[in-house]
Amino acid sequence: MAVTRFLTRASIAERMSDFTRHLRAHGVRAGMPETESSLGALQLVDAGDSNEVRLALKAICASDVDSFARFDELFSAYWLNTGKQRHDRTPTQNRSTQKNSFTNLSHMSGAPPADAAGRITTPDNNNDGEAESSGEGKLIATQATNRNAADMREFMLPEDEARAAETARRIAAAIRYRRSRRRKAARRGDGLHMRRIIRKSVTTGGEPLQLSRRRRPDRPVHLVSILDVSGSMKLYARVFLSFVKGLIGNDQRTDAFLFHTSLMCVSDALRDNDTLRAVNRLSMMARGFGGGTKIGASLRTFNSQYASRMAGRKTVVIIMSDGYDTGDAQEVGDALARLKRRGCKIIWLNPLLGWKDYAPVAASMAAALPYINCFAPCNTLDSLAAIEGELQRL
Amino acid sequence: MNWQNLQTKLAGEGYIAPPELAMALHIALELERPILLEGDAGVGKTQIAKTLADIYDTELIRLQCYEGLDASAAIYEWNYQRQLLSIRAMAERDGERDGEHDGNRGTVIDDIETRIFSADYLLERPLLRAIRQEKPPVLLIDEIDRADEEFEAYLLEILSDFQVTIPEMGTIIASSKPIVVLTANGTRDLSDALRRRCIYNFVPYPDRTTELAILRARCPSVEPALAAQIVSFVQNLRKEDLEKKPGIAETLDWAAALGGLGVNDITADPVALQASLVCLLKTEADQAAIPGAVAQRLAGKAG
Repeated sequence: MAVTRFLTRASIAERMSDFTRHLRAHGVRAGMPETESSLGALQLVDAGDSNEVRLALKAICASDVDSFARFDELFSAYWLNTGKQRHDRTPTQNRSTQKNSFTNLSHMSGAPPADAAGRITTPDNNNDGEAESSGEGKLIATQATNRNAADMREFMLPEDEARAAETARRIAAAIRYRRSRRRKAARRGDGLHMRRIIRKSVTTGGEPLQLSRRRRPDRPVHLVSILDVSGSMKLYARVFLSFVKGLIGNDQRTDAFLFHTSLMCVSDALRDNDTLRAVNRLSMMARGFGGGTKIGASLRTFNSQYASRMAGRKTVVIIMSDGYDTGDAQEVGDALARLKRRGCKIIWLNPLLGWKDYAPVAASMAAALPYINCFAPCNTLDSLAAIEGELQRL
Repeated sequence: MNWQNLQTKLAGEGYIAPPELAMALHIALELERPILLEGDAGVGKTQIAKTLADIYDTELIRLQCYEGLDASAAIYEWNYQRQLLSIRAMAERDGERDGEHDGNRGTVIDDIETRIFSADYLLERPLLRAIRQEKPPVLLIDEIDRADEEFEAYLLEILSDFQVTIPEMGTIIASSKPIVVLTANGTRDLSDALRRRCIYNFVPYPDRTTELAILRARCPSVEPALAAQIVSFVQNLRKEDLEKKPGIAETLDWAAALGGLGVNDITADPVALQASLVCLLKTEADQAAIPGAVAQRLAGKAG
């Protein structure tokens, strides 16, 4: 691949900072320190060999799995692009010499700084364009699902919706409060604070008269709520959604998911401060709201994609579903068993449980029962409030 | 030393590093920055630190992280018993002389304090020890994601400035900058502050040729034909839906086990094959997921 021919001459430092800007624009966290280190690294490798430079910059600029995987593409888009700068059409010597070399780098090193106009080059084929369009997926989905917003309106409870939402928010706030108070009250891990004791014992001639203690503060739990929004849950979905929104609040340690036949993460949408926009975003995501249910498959998606990041020993997973499933019941059991093995607590809220004479005989519910720490009803707002106590106990 | 040299040296110690890893190590060493290695368990992250220590013929100081790890276990701790003894000894001695002049009790206490909070009473833990060595050691901070998030904050000072601040004593600056290797399994997300101080590399499962080279380097006694079979089998096994995919360590174990069983062809003896799979499949569910027939099919493909 030929290297990019930039329109204007710029110093290598300018190019490099432009490259970090290019990375930033594509979601890689890189800044001044990375630019500086990159320039330093160029001294350590053969700057004429694009492959070496790629490896070196990758080591410095990538900082997590995601950026590590995308880096090659971003690198090629910036440096290894046959520049499509119209004004610079005349073939220069640069172009004809070594195809695989880093013409810009080696030539620019000594060049005087001109006006820094190096910018992300226009991709000249579909392949390169991919890097440019990352992060835009949601918007496209928007257009396609906008029409389905009508479905959302259908299950909104008309008059007391506002009241229900408010109550749910209050309950959620109460749970959060309990959560943080629990940390203060924790008595586990009590031990002597030797450092302080010694300090104090100096005044009493080496007799440790005052014993200071220390305790390990309990950290707040990570709440993950997974809400069933399939057809059978229609009546409750709106209230639960408010409930989940209340849980999420501005707390970074909570995450929320919706599922019907597939799973989606709605944490960001719910965290949106603009309530109206949040509802809009959700309704766009809720394509297929009120359709069939695949609990097992959705939980498996959660296990494979999110669990490693979210589910640990300090996680409480709240699943809100009636357990009516069109998928395989065995799969639900397996997925929960796997989730459970990560050490998290699982709470299952079932609106049907509050009904008279309800027994959890639905196949999926029965398969799930052995893995659930707390199985509670949630058909009324009162019963939702009651799980507050359960959360405290866990 | 350029990065190809480093790669060759690593290979000389039996570590086959892909170019990306070798380059990241080279940059980290040259810029004197810590290197953060992420990847699944068993891909050889910890081994890199050991190999580096071998190459530079230096000490490997290892800090194994766990939940609840705190500064007193990782950085330094005061020797409380000695401090107590010392305070009492000084107090008694003063008590004998104290009859004549008792106006200077304040200065006595100051004396005791400066004395018991001096280097003599300090117990070194791995991090402090790493920066007080004569010869730069390799400091391995293993499975950093197991430690609490708060612990990362302790590390920042050491990783960026190579110094430790002790409130009672002041700042201890590194006498030699250690080569710092951090590993993480992805049990939780690491803070950006930590990531930004490190050179990053994601260590993947090795591809077929790399794994074959590793096997050849680590288990030279395995026949080439069997080695090829082993590597193909493991590579195929990783494509199955397993809870815990076998890493390189498992491959090497398995190769050794097959050698011990006297197996020369994994397709030849289904019973021995199935029995030896305990080296590769480490959970009950995984063992159930690969019954004899599946193992045979994978072995057939491998052969």
